[in-house]
Amino acid sequence: MHKTYNEIIQIAGDVITVEAVDVGYGELAEVQTRAGMSLAQVIRLDGARVSLQVLEGSRGVSTNDKVRFLRHPMQVSFSENLLGRIFTGSGKPRDHGPALMDNLISISGPSVNPAKRIVPRNMIRTGVPMIDVFNSLVESQKLPIFSVAGEPYNPLLARIAMQAEVDLIILGGMGLKYDDYLFFRDTLEQHGSLSKSIFFIHTASDPTVECLLVPDMCLAVAEQFALQGKRVLVLLTDMTNFCDSLKEVAITMEQIPSNRGYPGDLYSQLAKRYEKAVDFDSAGSITVLAVTTMPGDDVTHPVPDNTGYITEGQFYLKGGRIEPFGSLSRLKQQVNGKTRDDHRAIMDRMIQLYAQYRETLEKRSMGFRMSAWDEKLLRYGQRFEKEMMDLSVNIPLEKALDLGWDILSEMFEPAEVGMKTVLVEKYWWKK
Amino acid sequence: MAAEQRTGRVIGVNGNMVSVEFSDRVIQNEVAYVHQGEHRLKSEVIRVRGKRAELQVFEDTYEVKCGDRVDFSGELLSVELGPGLLGQVFDGLQNPLQRLAQEHGFFLERGIYLNALNEKERWEFTPLVKKGDKVRSGVKIGFVPEKIFEHAIMVPFGLTGELEVLEIVSQGTYDLLTPLAKVRDNQGHIHIVTMKMVWPVKIPVQAYVKKLKPQKPLVTKIRIIDTLVPVAVGGTFCTPGPFGAGKTVLQHLLSRHAEVDIVVVAACGERAGEVVELLKTFPELVDPRTGKTLMDRTIIICNTSSMPVAARESSVYTAVTIAEYYRQMGLNILLLADSTSRWAQAMREMSGRLEEIPGDEAFPAYLETRIASFYERAGVVQLRDGTTGSITIGGTVSPAGGNFEEPVTQSTLKVVGAFHGLSRDRANARKYPAIDPLQSWSKYDSFIDKDKVRQGIMILKRGEEVSQMMKVVGEEGTSMEDFMDYLKGDFFDAVYLQQNAFDEVDEATMAKRQESVFDVLLKVINKEFSFSEKDEARKFFLNIRQKFINWNTLAFDSPPFQQARQDLEAYINSKQR
Repeated sequence: MHKTYNEIIQIAGDVITVEAVDVGYGELAEVQTRAGMSLAQVIRLDGARVSLQVLEGSRGVSTNDKVRFLRHPMQVSFSENLLGRIFTGSGKPRDHGPALMDNLISISGPSVNPAKRIVPRNMIRTGVPMIDVFNSLVESQKLPIFSVAGEPYNPLLARIAMQAEVDLIILGGMGLKYDDYLFFRDTLEQHGSLSKSIFFIHTASDPTVECLLVPDMCLAVAEQFALQGKRVLVLLTDMTNFCDSLKEVAITMEQIPSNRGYPGDLYSQLAKRYEKAVDFDSAGSITVLAVTTMPGDDVTHPVPDNTGYITEGQFYLKGGRIEPFGSLSRLKQQVNGKTRDDHRAIMDRMIQLYAQYRETLEKRSMGFRMSAWDEKLLRYGQRFEKEMMDLSVNIPLEKALDLGWDILSEMFEPAEVGMKTVLVEKYWWKK
Repeated sequence: MAAEQRTGRVIGVNGNMVSVEFSDRVIQNEVAYVHQGEHRLKSEVIRVRGKRAELQVFEDTYEVKCGDRVDFSGELLSVELGPGLLGQVFDGLQNPLQRLAQEHGFFLERGIYLNALNEKERWEFTPLVKKGDKVRSGVKIGFVPEKIFEHAIMVPFGLTGELEVLEIVSQGTYDLLTPLAKVRDNQGHIHIVTMKMVWPVKIPVQAYVKKLKPQKPLVTKIRIIDTLVPVAVGGTFCTPGPFGAGKTVLQHLLSRHAEVDIVVVAACGERAGEVVELLKTFPELVDPRTGKTLMDRTIIICNTSSMPVAARESSVYTAVTIAEYYRQMGLNILLLADSTSRWAQAMREMSGRLEEIPGDEAFPAYLETRIASFYERAGVVQLRDGTTGSITIGGTVSPAGGNFEEPVTQSTLKVVGAFHGLSRDRANARKYPAIDPLQSWSKYDSFIDKDKVRQGIMILKRGEEVSQMMKVVGEEGTSMEDFMDYLKGDFFDAVYLQQNAFDEVDEATMAKRQESVFDVLLKVINKEFSFSEKDEARKFFLNIRQKFINWNTLAFDSPPFQQARQDLEAYINSKQR
């Protein structure tokens, strides 16, 4: 028996308040407005006063519009039928396909018992040397791409999605530009990956509140597939928009802001989503790659800062390249010892030399004299940037390692590189 | 009295805070259960106003309705203490996670609570007192073997005054609930002692004679800590650092190598993956001192970041209470809390929901006193039998933006005895551990002679000054003397303050070795070298650095170690002025 109420006593931001009884926290309701039906979610109970956030926004809501409570929290349909489909943040079809109503699951499930997790052990190959060689991506890792607006983060995300050997790709778009949405769709379609993908897309012109549901939708579905033994890759872009929506709602609800207007529970909110990344004991896995744009390239901004404390490293995209210094994959040690015997040595030495190249650049810009060693470093750095760092480079890990030896052998003497003798004998390019 | 069932009705829900109208009475901080459908959600009373009480719920509050029933338990939030805690993994409310996984599968479904201890398990009990003995709270009446320890069974901590033993069982196996002894207090009340005891987490256990000043250095086997910024047994320290600076890695190494009896790890609001790593690696690592696995002396309390926030707040109290219990047995415990910032944030979230007037960065005004009273639960204590026990507390802090000028770091610095500040620059330069030697400090003494340590710090400071200067005037504009100081400072940092966590020998350096190595190091620092060219000097230092680092990887006092030392000293002397 669904009760209907038709007296809205407060409308502030996208939050409406009605007087109602027997309503559960987090429950969904339908609001019948002039423009049509919109879903709303209960976000506070205070006696008989029930506050709901209206997913499609409160614009056009009239004080005598009907509010009907549905007696269940936000749900999403879960089945194989989801594959190849595109939905909005609230789960409505965006692709003219049929609405899915079977096998509904709640989108805010409990967290995984840590005793049921296992230590991650499989590398995900991407064909990007800056990732594969220097900061390997690992199955079940949660990793953001930090970048400023304007960087090619979405193409990078799409490329990783296409090349990663996973069973399923779930894309969550938050505040996505419509062009970018089309870009993702077309790219995956051309590549033939669309049939193993599911999209939950909130575009920049959609109502704010729907943005908040996107990560939960994606991750709830991902979790179900993972429990069936599937290896799922979840792509989220852009989490900063998600955080800004949180901020908007928190301020509407008159919550005390903690840092630059963001709510005090920003960390917990982000962690609740990112921690869904998991490698299940005796089932599948979820890997999360998320874009976090940094306002003003400021890594201490609350969003990237809180993200960095949660995720297992970050890729730092700057100037169209993955920066070796800000970037870090905390899980790379789990996998890069079992790829090829020279992997770690190449990773360490090439980065150390590249760091020296950066110092030399600095010295040069201050007008200091360049020594013969400096000249060597400069040549090395240029080749490294062109052949390894450039995002257009697309080679498998083994090729990238060979290329590393090629560059080192051409520029340096073995003693200058200081690698173990066994490796030098095996891989050093004999002139 | 306990028979009366006090209840209330939900009248409001805001996130994990539930408002309840009650008719009879409530007790501040008592545990209550909110009935949601078939679930009973554990909560704690945190504020009372008139006939309205606010509860923080330790679970998701989805689908809680106004009018739902609430039962008040009359008990403060407590933990179970007794044999069987070692080697376990609990959540913030002391639910055993491994057993939960066996019984309930992949997820932490809400409303499911298991006993922390297996009450049916039987233990071999040996009595230590006899009928007619006079005892006090915390006195051992007997012991059971638990892993590598003699786990003392003690007179409950809450009893006061002198008590007389009326009955005591003889040696034999008993389960946790069997009455082992009867004791009578001054008022003539009779109390029963069992192996299991319950204690409220927010009240410190004080069943000891007195607290002593922490003086003995705690050997952590991490050179930069032991030498420059030492920690005392029973002392406190904090490790603030931006993300990626290696806070958790450092704590994991401390938990493996520090010379203590028991390690309690409180993984509070951090990544689940890190806990999993402990869970999977500790049972396989052998503790060199006991020959048993590390898990046998470890207790993990984990409330990872995606688990409910209110339980995160209680998790550090759960951890410290368990530590206090083992301290009462005369053991030395290291409590590692990672991260106290997440704990503080949990308080902030609750404070916000209570609409309290916010302090700095919206943290509640009582942040500082809460942090202080947590760290104050550390300490060395003299027990009633004359022996001592200790808790050393180390907490990581995750300051927003890596900026130490924020409330949690600042409140913590006021109360701890040592500050190990991690720096992003050092972490980016792959210098491990990334503790900044010049910014960090300690109020405790090292086992290395004070005067020697001072010489080390002097050269670090000089080296840093020269390095700053060289950025402006270049190497050409630096005098040979200054340049030498720079090289020496850099050398000290590279060969001693940094440690290779991937090398079996270098990852942990025992006290004796540190003393011995530090002497050689000082020889280099205090020696006057003669070089004509800066390049020559640089080359020389690169060479001794390489030799020294190789030396660090040789087993202490082995023949190769001795040989390397002689070679090193000969090489140093070859360039003497």
